[in-house]
Amino acid sequence: MIKVSQLTKKFGSHISLDNVSCTFEKNESIALMGANGAGKTTLIRSILGYYHPNSGEVLVNGLNPVKQRTQVLQNISFVPQLPPPIKLSLEELMQYISISAQVDTQLIMHYADEMKLDIKANIHKSFFKLSGGMKQKMLIAISLAKKSTIIIYDEPTANLDPKARDDFYRLLKQNEDEKVLLFVTHRLEEVKELVNRQIYMDLGKVVSDEKV
Amino acid sequence: MKNLYLIAYLDLKESIRAKWFLVYSLVFGGLIALFFIAGVTESQVMGFSGLSRLLLMYIQITIVILPIFILITTVRSISGDRENHILEYMLSFPISLRDYYWGKIIGRFITVYLPVLFAMLIAIIYGFFKGADIPWNIFFLYTGLLFSLSSTFLGIAFFISSFVKSSEIALGIAFFIWIFLLAFIDIALISLMMQQRFNEELIIFIAMINPMELFRVAAISLFDPELTVMGPVAFYILDSMSQSVFVLLSIAYPLLVGLIFALLGFKIFEKKDLV
Ligand SMILES: Nc1ncnc2c1ncn2[C@@H]1O[C@H](COP(=O)(O)OP(=O)(O)O)[C@@H](O)[C@H]1O
Ligand SMILES: [Mg+2]
Repeated sequence: MIKVSQLTKKFGSHISLDNVSCTFEKNESIALMGANGAGKTTLIRSILGYYHPNSGEVLVNGLNPVKQRTQVLQNISFVPQLPPPIKLSLEELMQYISISAQVDTQLIMHYADEMKLDIKANIHKSFFKLSGGMKQKMLIAISLAKKSTIIIYDEPTANLDPKARDDFYRLLKQNEDEKVLLFVTHRLEEVKELVNRQIYMDLGKVVSDEKV
Repeated sequence: MKNLYLIAYLDLKESIRAKWFLVYSLVFGGLIALFFIAGVTESQVMGFSGLSRLLLMYIQITIVILPIFILITTVRSISGDRENHILEYMLSFPISLRDYYWGKIIGRFITVYLPVLFAMLIAIIYGFFKGADIPWNIFFLYTGLLFSLSSTFLGIAFFISSFVKSSEIALGIAFFIWIFLLAFIDIALISLMMQQRFNEELIIFIAMINPMELFRVAAISLFDPELTVMGPVAFYILDSMSQSVFVLLSIAYPLLVGLIFALLGFKIFEKKDLV
């Protein structure tokens, strides 16, 4: 589903991705690990089509995520490393998502409920005024409600309490069939149950890649 | 198309809630109110009276503060969203860059133009109830001039926003452009003129490329169709075109400048890394 071929991405003289090749197939749940600065976020953003590679390419279902971004993003759910300070209210944010990506608002509410986030009570509040954990829950609810075949999480559990993490992993477990789940994490023990492939990156390269 | 409207609509809603918008509206509304309180409409200064006088004063202040307002409030729109990772999330949904960028521009345009327009409308309505003569030709000219002035600076702001690395730098560039167009060009040209190194036509041509200068001249052209206040410059301008062509040009040209800058900004936005 995702094919990364000899991808190199530099920022100035710094090489963030150094000739990386890997493929991700259906029914794979991948833990992507490595020290800070290893290039995990850069790899994810390349898959999302945010970066113009210096060389190599990324194909998602055969499509180029930069040139055919709308078709590619139709099938991707993404939660970033840090929830951004979006000024829209929850209602407006859901409107943005339901219109642009055909996501059912009721379903967002449903998953938010499961994550113990009360959207109704906060519907007119600005997203950035929610607590760190609440923002993360909201983004997770959206990512689950969006019917995607590729789900990408860039360290999504940083702000979650243990209870919320359990809820999250439970929901994810129900949702991973027939999908690619790409998970950046520093806590392998937490996601061990969930993943069937572990990739380590260091200094912009994949240093180990094993199925478990 | 629906995504374009969606982005414009949400950006508009977000802006209207923002504090800068409140300040912005109060400034322009307050300006008009101040004129009324100061009795500008009742006075007879420089031969114009009533509402015309008020509108002229309004436009002369607006030409100075509107550009800097537009620049500082919008120059960070794309670069700011990039900096604080809003783009990274918002663009992870299937929205084309075209819809996102132009949607933002449309939303911002409405936000910056409406308060300025409303302020003028208030003046007209107030004047109407006071039984004043409504100078419709001036009103329509200024509506058009402000429309195109807003688009110039909005285009420039989005252009800057598309390539700067940080919002701070964006602000710095914006401020420089404002001062440059407002005063530096004039000062430089005046000194050139005094040294008599270049011919006047060339200098006037350079002055009129500046949308702010063109705007200034157009704003007084209805009061002074011969453009006598401009001295010999008027001769060159009206020699090459009629007054109505000049007015049309003074609306069309800044509009075009704004569009070109906005388009350049879009090209850069497309070509550069998004986050
Ligand atoms: N936009 C950028 N500009 C400059 N350097 C960057 C940029 N994004 C990432 N980097 C650099 O690339 C390297 C990899 O970063 P990243 O992919 O975020 O690492 P990770 O997510 O594994 O912690 C780091 O050294 C980081 O400083
Ligand atoms: Mg990272």
